[in-house]
Amino acid sequence: MEAIILQILNGLDKGSAYALIALGLTLIFGTLGVVNFAHGALFMIGAFCAVTLSRLISLSHEVAVEGKVDFLGNPATESVPYIYDWFGRATGDAIIDWAVPLSILFAIPVMMLIGVIMERGLIKHFYNRPHADQILVTFGLAIVLQEIIKYYYGANPIPTPAPDAFRGSFDFGAAMGFDPNTIIYPYWRLVYFAFAAVIIGAVFAFLQFTTFGMVVRAGMADRETVGLLGINIDRRFTIMFGLAAAVAGLAGVMYTPINSPNYHMGMDFLVLSFVVVVVGGMGSLPGAVLAGFLLGILESFASMGAVLEVLPGLNQIIIYLVAIIILLTRPRGLMGRKGVMED
Amino acid sequence: MLGLNKKDFRLLMIVLGLTMLAPFILNPFPSSSGLAQFNAGYPDLMQRFVIFGIFAIGFNILFGLTGYLSFGHAAFLGVGSYGAMWMMKLFSLNVIPAIIMGVIVAGIFAVAVGYVSLRRSGIYFSILTLAFAQMSYALAYSVLTPITGGETGLQIKSTDSPLLSNLAEGEIGRANLFGMDMRASYEMAVGDWLFTFNAGYYIAAVFMLISFYLAIRIFRSPFGTMLRAVKSNQTRMYYTGLNARPYTLAAFVISGMYAGLAGGLLVAMDTQVGPERMFWTASGEVVLMTILGGAGTLIGPVLGAGAIKYMENILSKINKDILHQWFAFLPDGLEDFIITLVYPFIGKGWHLTLGLIFMAVVIFLPGGLVEGGQRIKRLFSRKKKPGDDEADKASQSTPAE
Repeated sequence: MEAIILQILNGLDKGSAYALIALGLTLIFGTLGVVNFAHGALFMIGAFCAVTLSRLISLSHEVAVEGKVDFLGNPATESVPYIYDWFGRATGDAIIDWAVPLSILFAIPVMMLIGVIMERGLIKHFYNRPHADQILVTFGLAIVLQEIIKYYYGANPIPTPAPDAFRGSFDFGAAMGFDPNTIIYPYWRLVYFAFAAVIIGAVFAFLQFTTFGMVVRAGMADRETVGLLGINIDRRFTIMFGLAAAVAGLAGVMYTPINSPNYHMGMDFLVLSFVVVVVGGMGSLPGAVLAGFLLGILESFASMGAVLEVLPGLNQIIIYLVAIIILLTRPRGLMGRKGVMED
Repeated sequence: MLGLNKKDFRLLMIVLGLTMLAPFILNPFPSSSGLAQFNAGYPDLMQRFVIFGIFAIGFNILFGLTGYLSFGHAAFLGVGSYGAMWMMKLFSLNVIPAIIMGVIVAGIFAVAVGYVSLRRSGIYFSILTLAFAQMSYALAYSVLTPITGGETGLQIKSTDSPLLSNLAEGEIGRANLFGMDMRASYEMAVGDWLFTFNAGYYIAAVFMLISFYLAIRIFRSPFGTMLRAVKSNQTRMYYTGLNARPYTLAAFVISGMYAGLAGGLLVAMDTQVGPERMFWTASGEVVLMTILGGAGTLIGPVLGAGAIKYMENILSKINKDILHQWFAFLPDGLEDFIITLVYPFIGKGWHLTLGLIFMAVVIFLPGGLVEGGQRIKRLFSRKKKPGDDEADKASQSTPAE
C-alpha cells in the first residue's frame, strides 16, 4: 500500500509537467491547427526565465568593508547585491531566496510576448501549408531557440534552488497513519503539483466562464462561422498562442528546482509531450491533462523494483508502448473528438 | 544506358565523377595556406559524406515519394550497425558479410515497424516511428546491454576471434575487404597539396553509387509513380481500386534497408557502434539533410547530407583565434565588433546556423537547395530568352482538382 501511494505521488510531478506542456500543445493545435514542435523550447525558455531573474536580482556591486584589509594590505571588498541597498538585508535575502516563485510574475509577460511574436512572425504564414511543413519549421525554430540559450547560458545545467521553506520533505506516512518514513515526498514537488492543478483549472475556467473563452471555443469548433459573425478570431487565437506559451513557460519556471535547467531539457520533454497529446486525443484539452497524469504515474509504477525484476527496462519504454497500443486500437486517443485528425 | 534516360544517365555520371575525384575536389586549398581548414578531403569526413548520403537517399525514397515523415529513421541505421558489428565479431572481418547482415537486420526490423506504423498517417505516423526509435534507443541503452554493449557500445576487441579470420592470439582484428585494410590509404603529394585516396572511402563510394542508381530506377519505375500517387491523393487511389498499404510498406522497408546499409558501412569504417546512433536527434538529422537538399529530388538528399556533414566537421572547428586571423586587416575596434557578430554562428554554435538555414529553406525554398539552384538557373536563362517563361509556366502547372 505504501509503495503504491509513493509511486502515485512520484508520478504526479512528472505527470504535471507532461500535462502542462500537453495542454499548451493542444491549445495551439485546437485553435490554430498547428503542430508546434517548438513547444518544448518554450518550456525550456520558461525555465531560463527563472535563471535570468535569479541572476538579475542577485546582481551585486563591490563595497569596501570597514576596518578590514586583504592579505596585500588593500582595503577588503565584498560584493553586495543591489537589492540589499534598496530593501535592506533581510528583505533582500528573502527576495533572492524566493527567486523561483517570483519568476512566475516575470515569466508570464515574457512568455506571452514570445508566443505572440512567434505566432505573428512565423507560424501565421504556415496555416495553409501541410502539417509536415509546420512540423519542420517549428523543429528548425526549436533548434535555433535552443542554440541561442546555449550560447548565452552555456551547456551545463544551472542549479536553481527552491526557497528554503520548501527544501525539506513531507512525511506522508506519518500523516496518513502508516509507519513514519515510508512515504517521504519533497515539499517542492507537492507545490509543483498544486501549481499545475491551479494553472490547469485556471485555463479551463478561462475557456469555460469568460466571454473571450466562449468565443475561442466557438472558433475551435467552427472558425469560419465565427469569422463570418464579424469576430476577429485571428487576434483571439494569437492571444491563445501567447497563453499556451505562458503555460509552457510557467511549467518550466516551476520545474527548475526539480531538475536544473539545461538547454536541451525542452526537447527531452517535447518528445514525451507529443506522445501524451496523441494518447489523450489530438485537440482534446481534458484528454491532454488526463493522459499527462496517467502516463506520468504509469512511468513511475513501471520503475518500481518489483516490476523491473519481471520486465527489466519497462520504465524506459512504457510511455511509448502505451502510445503505440492506444494509437493502434483507438485512433483518436483517449478523449479525442470524432473527426479531428483521425487518419 | 543502364536503363536510364539521357538526363538521368548524365546525372549518374556527374555523381560518379564527383565521388571518384572527391579527394581532389574537396582539397582545393594548399595545406600551408590559411584556407586549408576548409579542406574536407580527409578520409574520415569523405566516408561520412557518402555514408550519410546513402542514409538520406533511402529516407528520401520514403519521405520524398510517399510524403510519410518518419521521425525514427535512425533506429534502422543503429540496428543495421549492431547487426554488422556482430557479424564482424563472430563470423568474418570481411566487410561484405557484415554489410549484408546490416541490410538484412534493418530490413526485417523495418518490416515489423512499418507494418505497425503505416496503419496511421500524418503526424501519427511521425509519432509512432519516433516512439519505436526511442524504444530501441532506451532498450539498447539499458536492458539489451549484453547484445548492444549498453552505453559503451561495441568495439572489436582482442578477445574476439571471428570464425573465418585467422587472427593470432590477442591480435585486434581490423575490418578488411578480401584482405584490403579499410584504413589503407595512398597519399599523393603534388606541390603543396596532399591528396589522400582511402580504400574505405572508395568502397563506401561504390556502394553509394549503386544505391543512387537503384534510387533513380525506383524514382522512374511504375512503383515510384505509385508512391507519388500515395503522396498526392491516397483517397483517390483507394477509389481506383488500389491498396496503398503494400506500396508504402515496400517503400518503408526499402528505405529502412538503405539505412541499414549506411549503418553497416559506418561499422565497416570505424568498427564501433553505440546506442546514441539511434537517438531521435540522429533521426532529426536525416530529416534536416533531406529537406535541406530537396525532398523528392534525386540529388538533393546527397547534397543535404554533404552540406550538413561539412558544417558539422569544418564550420564547428573555427574558433575565435582563427577569426582574429581572418579579420586582422581591420582596425581593432571594428575587428572585435565583427567577430562578436559572427562568433555565435560558427564554432560550437554551428547548430544555430544550421537551424537558421533550415528554417529559411522550409519557409522560402520548400524544394531545398535543388530548387534554389533551379531558380537561379531559370533567372539567368529567362534573361536570355523571354519566350521560355511561358514554357516554364506550362510545365509547372498542376492538374486541376
